[in-house]
Amino acid sequence: MANTPLTPGVVSGRLAPEAYRDNFADKTPPLTAHEARVAADRCYFCHDAPCVAACPTAIDIPLFIREIATGAPRAAARTIFEQNILGGMCARVCPTEQLCEEVCVREVAEGKPVEIGRLQRYATDTLMAAGGHPYTRGQPTGRRIAVVGAGPAGLACAHRLAMKGHAVDLFDAKPKAGGLNEYGIAAYKTVDGFAQAEVDWLLGIGGIAVHNGRALGRDLSLDGLRGDYDAVFLAIGLGGVNALRAEGEEKSHVRDAVDFIADLRQADDLSTIAVGRNVVVIGGGMTAVDAAVQSKLLGAETVTIVYRRGRDAMSASEEEQNLAASKGVRIVTGAAPLRILGEGAVEAVEFAYTRETGAGLEMTDETFRIRADQVFKAIGQSLEGAPEGLALSGRKIAVTGPGRTSLPGVWAGGDCAAGGDDLTVTAVAEGRDAAEDIHATLMAEG
Amino acid sequence: MADLRNDFVGIKSPNPFWLASAPPTDKEYNVVRAFEAGWGGVVWKTLGEDGPPVVNVNGPRYGAIYGADRRLLGLNNIELITDRPLEVNLREIKTVKRDWPDRAMVVSLMVPCEEEAWKRILARVEETGADGVELNFGCPHGMSERGMGSAVGQVPEYVEMVTRWCKANTRMPVIVKLTPNITDIRLASRAAHKGGADAVSLINTINSITSVDLDLMCPEPTIDGKGTHGGYCGPAVKPIALNMVAEIARDPQTRGLPISGIGGVTTWKDAAEFMALGAGNVQVCTAVMTYGFRIVQEMIAGMSDWMDRKGFSTLSDFTGMAVPNVTDWQYLNLNYITKAVIDQEACIKCGRCYAACEDTSHQAIGMTPERRFVVKDEECVACNLCVDVCPVEGCITMRRLAPGEVDPRTGKTVPADYGNWTAHPNNPAVRATE
Repeated sequence: MANTPLTPGVVSGRLAPEAYRDNFADKTPPLTAHEARVAADRCYFCHDAPCVAACPTAIDIPLFIREIATGAPRAAARTIFEQNILGGMCARVCPTEQLCEEVCVREVAEGKPVEIGRLQRYATDTLMAAGGHPYTRGQPTGRRIAVVGAGPAGLACAHRLAMKGHAVDLFDAKPKAGGLNEYGIAAYKTVDGFAQAEVDWLLGIGGIAVHNGRALGRDLSLDGLRGDYDAVFLAIGLGGVNALRAEGEEKSHVRDAVDFIADLRQADDLSTIAVGRNVVVIGGGMTAVDAAVQSKLLGAETVTIVYRRGRDAMSASEEEQNLAASKGVRIVTGAAPLRILGEGAVEAVEFAYTRETGAGLEMTDETFRIRADQVFKAIGQSLEGAPEGLALSGRKIAVTGPGRTSLPGVWAGGDCAAGGDDLTVTAVAEGRDAAEDIHATLMAEG
Repeated sequence: MADLRNDFVGIKSPNPFWLASAPPTDKEYNVVRAFEAGWGGVVWKTLGEDGPPVVNVNGPRYGAIYGADRRLLGLNNIELITDRPLEVNLREIKTVKRDWPDRAMVVSLMVPCEEEAWKRILARVEETGADGVELNFGCPHGMSERGMGSAVGQVPEYVEMVTRWCKANTRMPVIVKLTPNITDIRLASRAAHKGGADAVSLINTINSITSVDLDLMCPEPTIDGKGTHGGYCGPAVKPIALNMVAEIARDPQTRGLPISGIGGVTTWKDAAEFMALGAGNVQVCTAVMTYGFRIVQEMIAGMSDWMDRKGFSTLSDFTGMAVPNVTDWQYLNLNYITKAVIDQEACIKCGRCYAACEDTSHQAIGMTPERRFVVKDEECVACNLCVDVCPVEGCITMRRLAPGEVDPRTGKTVPADYGNWTAHPNNPAVRATE
């Protein structure tokens, strides 16, 4: 008999085939042309618009929306790509409710912002669907630059460097380019293989050679790259996953949420992905929500997110939290894991309630257990394998200005660099700005 | 409950909302549906001479201008007068008037500029029992190329002549419909008045090209790769129509001449505005072509509600009330000094007022880093542009400086008395007489 949400243990195929299709359909379907015109018309074309200031890539939002409103979505897309070459992905994954749309004057006035994210998707989809690539590579400069990591920061940097006419070698440890766009975002946010399609489209500028399966520290060394290239941009992301430091963490079916999400994204058939009947996700960020929601969509009977601090401290946006709640995910806050219980495989997790004190977070004596046959850890990622000789700031690569590291000729950006906020759009901005600085530096050297 | 009954040049209708001569009034089927919906009267679509029926184009007849969400703001048409046989129209007019005796039935006419032609058709219309006729001196396309429509309306002498013929050959009230495609509407209304018209109706449609198809490089509506100018109507033309109605209403030579207001009337409020400027009733077309006949219920309810709120019991209580307040620029009070005031509570900080004032006007609005927008009284000339571009109704208002206050822009004390250009020291005419 086929499995159901009630089948005990961690199993695949809990749902009927069509349920997978429906559950993992586009979370926010694209606007039609008329819907886009109507949505665009709501924009007031603010002077010195707050939305632009709130966008990490500073897209001229009122301008691109006006271009949509006047029937020129391709011009709108160019306005977007000028600032953010990954504007297509950002339109899908940006927490717009915390960025541009949060400060939209119509959000402030009416609680109903202009749908900037969806309009951006309409524009970028329109241009990308037309085929071809909107930019041409600059006159070759003869300079060669190594970009390590083909996630949002690396891709944005490589593209901007190619625009300037530099030759780029883009290395990535994974079999596919895209970084978290390809491996780390919930499937329903980027359907139909958009991440790879976007990479292919971006590479259409030419001058960028992609080398997959090449990891820094294993296949490449920073010293080697510095010797071989005129400049190096590090965008290696955060390869490590923070440990729970709770007893029993080694039990089976206790795994990193990022691995679960990556497996899910790479699966050809979602019915082959095993998920528990009772799933517990520990953490409070986007990764926690993505893992929890997708567990539910794969047919888990109960899914609980447990976060050690209060709701306000969760880095998952309110919209993400609401999405989780709407899918039936329970969110428990103010509790931290004490131990994982079970004979071999996990059976339950014991938590203690926490208390905020002046000195930090404290466990209380009050405990409770949640039944679980699968536990996902989503308490943050950390920099792994930073090359020797690079100054760090906290646990990330220290940078000044547009991504300059402590080593001459080496820039860094994206999640591996200090100072960002772990958003795709911020990584894009850092990659782009580092490219501009690399270009300026190399050209000044003559 | 307000009494909406209307008496226009002796033609009675249960409300002042008539359908203008146009496609919605081309046949019995439509007109009966209109009366069922509640319309007070109709002006039947223009009849021409007996003979082979008029021929229309067989491609698109209409072009449109849109606002947000494809809201139709302006429509133009290249349709001609009725293309149905005269006999059929007359028979239907008679039937409808018989079945709906309380509704106004006016028949629009357009025949060649010969007295016999007008005499012939007037006799036929009288037989139907219709309440009156409207002379179509307005249509700017097609028929005008044949010496009718606006070709007559643009020549005051012709207007007077044909009006006189009609008055001499019928007992029915004669309403003369005026074309706006002239330089001074008063010349045509005076001519109609001199010819003995019982009333004028205006405006007919405005010569227009609504848009150009940039692929075909051809005006729209496009007929086999060519386009022609058509008659423009709908909400977009209302300001033009209101002005022309007001010009006639306040013209001493035509004072008291009844006016039927036409041009972009879409809501009860539009109707009330036309009537406040002197129209005895209104005629509607584009609004019903956009939304269907049911809108008359909103017009009736809205007008009635407004009249109740204002304490008007009959239409004549407010008809023409705004006419005395329409004046020439030279008589406007130059001592009426106002300043824009931005309500910080209502302001949503979009900055449109700032952009408009800074880029295109008087640099009279300041902006702080916190996006607080404040009017600089020492620069503000009270042009009202900020009010007009502000997306929040009532957020920016104009405050009148009280007499005795100093205008920070000019440094002068605001006078208590009225003072206009005719007596202003900068007026060369004033100096010449000194």
